[in-house]
Amino acid sequence: MELALSPEDAAFRDEVRAFIKDNYPAEMRVANPETDLSKEQMLLWHRILHDKGWIAPLWPKEHGGPGWSITRRFIFEQETTRAGTMPPLAFSVTMVGPVIYTFGNDAQKQKFLPRILSGEDWWCQGYSEPGSGSDLATVRTKAVRDGDHYIVNGHKTWTTLAQHADWIFCLVRTDPTAKPQSGISFLLIDMKSPGVTVRPIITIDGSHEINDVFLENVRVPAENLIGEENKGWTYAKFLLGNERTSMAGIGRSTRYINRLKKIVRAEIPEDDPAHLEFIRDIARVELDVLALEATELRVVAQMARGIDPGPAASLFKIRGTEIFQDITELTHRAIGNYGLAIREHPVSANHFMPGPDYGHTASEKYLNSRKLSIYGGSNEIQRNIIAKAVLGL
Amino acid sequence: MDIQFTEEQELLRSSVQRLLRDRYDFDARRKIVGSEDGFSRKHWAEFAELGLLAAPFSEAAGGLGGGPLSTMIIMQEFGRHLVVEPFVETVVVAGGLIEQVGSEAQKRAFIADIIAGSKLWALAWTEKGSRFDLATVTTTARGDGDGYVLAGDKTAVMAAPWADYLIVSARTSGHRHDRGGVSLFVVDRRAANLDLQSFRTIDGRRAAEISLRGVRGELLGREGEGVAALEACRNRAIGALCAEAVGAIGELNDATLDYSKTRKQFGVTIGSFQVLQHRMVDMFIAHQEALSLMQHLSLSLIGDEAGLSRLASGAKSKIGYAGKFVADQAVQLHGGMGMTDELNVGHYFKRISSINIQFGDPAYHVLRYAQLDAAA
Repeated sequence: MELALSPEDAAFRDEVRAFIKDNYPAEMRVANPETDLSKEQMLLWHRILHDKGWIAPLWPKEHGGPGWSITRRFIFEQETTRAGTMPPLAFSVTMVGPVIYTFGNDAQKQKFLPRILSGEDWWCQGYSEPGSGSDLATVRTKAVRDGDHYIVNGHKTWTTLAQHADWIFCLVRTDPTAKPQSGISFLLIDMKSPGVTVRPIITIDGSHEINDVFLENVRVPAENLIGEENKGWTYAKFLLGNERTSMAGIGRSTRYINRLKKIVRAEIPEDDPAHLEFIRDIARVELDVLALEATELRVVAQMARGIDPGPAASLFKIRGTEIFQDITELTHRAIGNYGLAIREHPVSANHFMPGPDYGHTASEKYLNSRKLSIYGGSNEIQRNIIAKAVLGL
Repeated sequence: MDIQFTEEQELLRSSVQRLLRDRYDFDARRKIVGSEDGFSRKHWAEFAELGLLAAPFSEAAGGLGGGPLSTMIIMQEFGRHLVVEPFVETVVVAGGLIEQVGSEAQKRAFIADIIAGSKLWALAWTEKGSRFDLATVTTTARGDGDGYVLAGDKTAVMAAPWADYLIVSARTSGHRHDRGGVSLFVVDRRAANLDLQSFRTIDGRRAAEISLRGVRGELLGREGEGVAALEACRNRAIGALCAEAVGAIGELNDATLDYSKTRKQFGVTIGSFQVLQHRMVDMFIAHQEALSLMQHLSLSLIGDEAGLSRLASGAKSKIGYAGKFVADQAVQLHGGMGMTDELNVGHYFKRISSINIQFGDPAYHVLRYAQLDAAA
């Protein structure tokens, strides 16, 4: 299924496609890029895109974006995900960058934006805390003003790739007496500051993606405050809106379905009754992808005409994650007994894994993708958003 | 991808909406369904007058050239109002077949009468044991002079009691399941040796068991190539039925949401319960996805693109399951009221159930979608 493209946009699509083919680092094509790549390897593609001027499709031209139309941004998204490229770090480019150029002052823009674009600074997100998951307004990490500094104390958690991070953007409570939403500020903290400790959290798939971040009497220059004190909730909501765009994940789901078909063909004889069950289940999830893709194209076409898509991002988040969870579960089931095995972390070629190569990451993908319906605003929160904003409930 | 309607298409939609709003509310429909005939010739004449019966036909055939998109627009509104008149059977299915494979003489003879609203049609392809397979045909046709004589039984033929003409699939060669050897015939519904037993369908329409014991028929299209013609015809029918289902789903969602905002239990509106809010969000998403897929299918029908049959099966399945989910939940959320004949909700439920049988159920089509996958 394709968007109807003008000749110029079609030429752009071909250019993107060719650029990926010629420039995507072979080194990044590993069994499970999300967990197997080092920080330096992850940054290879980032730097290539930066040199090309394509690192930040969302950003306005004045801040270093490519100045693409909605259609071109969509084409770029489509081509990069279809080709299975590892997207640049979202926390830097998609999340904190837009907050800084939208709400930050000139000094902050000059200091941070170029380093985000170049990949020099790696950012992580300090939102969740042990006591505040989906209910972010309950953050308890405290920032107390002390001259031209804030003294920050608290505990952030589920912090993705904090082990690589140079900076963390945090929601901190600056007014403990105000209503939950109105006493929060948005603060940028250097991870090298004394008092910052990162402790790994190993997830059920055995990988190390997320962390606890402890902040103990961390002195943060007041110039690192974004916007106004106690207005952080507004900026946080703006950022969450960005986080949920392009979560339909059509390109990735399509690639995984094609792989799943090959696995089923290799693993399950046609006269096995399970074969019929698999081809039916695969057809159903493939149709889920098709319907979501048609919906995405409909929304993109509407946006290109200036129509506000409303909370379409919530719909894409819900369905995109449910679909990918279904696909990884089917893949894990398709490899049968080999589904008992799981790779050891850190990953090394020296560890023995039984069965064909195509099954080696099935267990960990199945387990890891359980996170999708929880993070970025759980799917229950997304349903609340649609219930309120669309259905008026 | 998103369909930006032309002025003409917008006009078509608003005029169908106006007509149905004024003339086809739920009470009017109830009277039509309860009448002796079970449908309304008066309304059919109004559809003709408004140009609806001409809309999808090409200009060469005397139509308005609106194609699959005009069918989509009309059927979505018909779905919202549960229109029972045989638009799909007469215009989309029979009219489409005649335009696709009929001789020039047949087109001249039949299409003008369809457009004028003076003749109704039905398609008799299903047989005992054929389930949803177009090629499973035991009814036979043998040449006899300049025509053919048909013998066999057709089952559950929608709208047949209303029809003036039937298009009947019959075997001119080959065996029961062979793809080749099936031909299509135009048969006068009042012909000699044709016996028709009428019955009421779950969605308030009429269908019939038909027995042919030496009935004269006129060949439509080429001999032995009926299955291919029927496949293309089914794709168009699926497009129309999917649009109708999307209209019905939208109406059920609106009704359920409205109800949840007024119906009180335990001192609060039931729409304040999160479990019901999330259910209605899933109904909303099901509608959005069905709508997108319906548009995608309609656009593909225009171009008669490669893979069209696979897409049609996929849409029939996905939209079928979506319709079933929404209809189930709409009845559930209306509680006891949803069970009553008095409320419209149950009637949408029944129409969606019926759509989910016509031209193949979702389970049949999801497997067909899988089997037509070149990559699998």
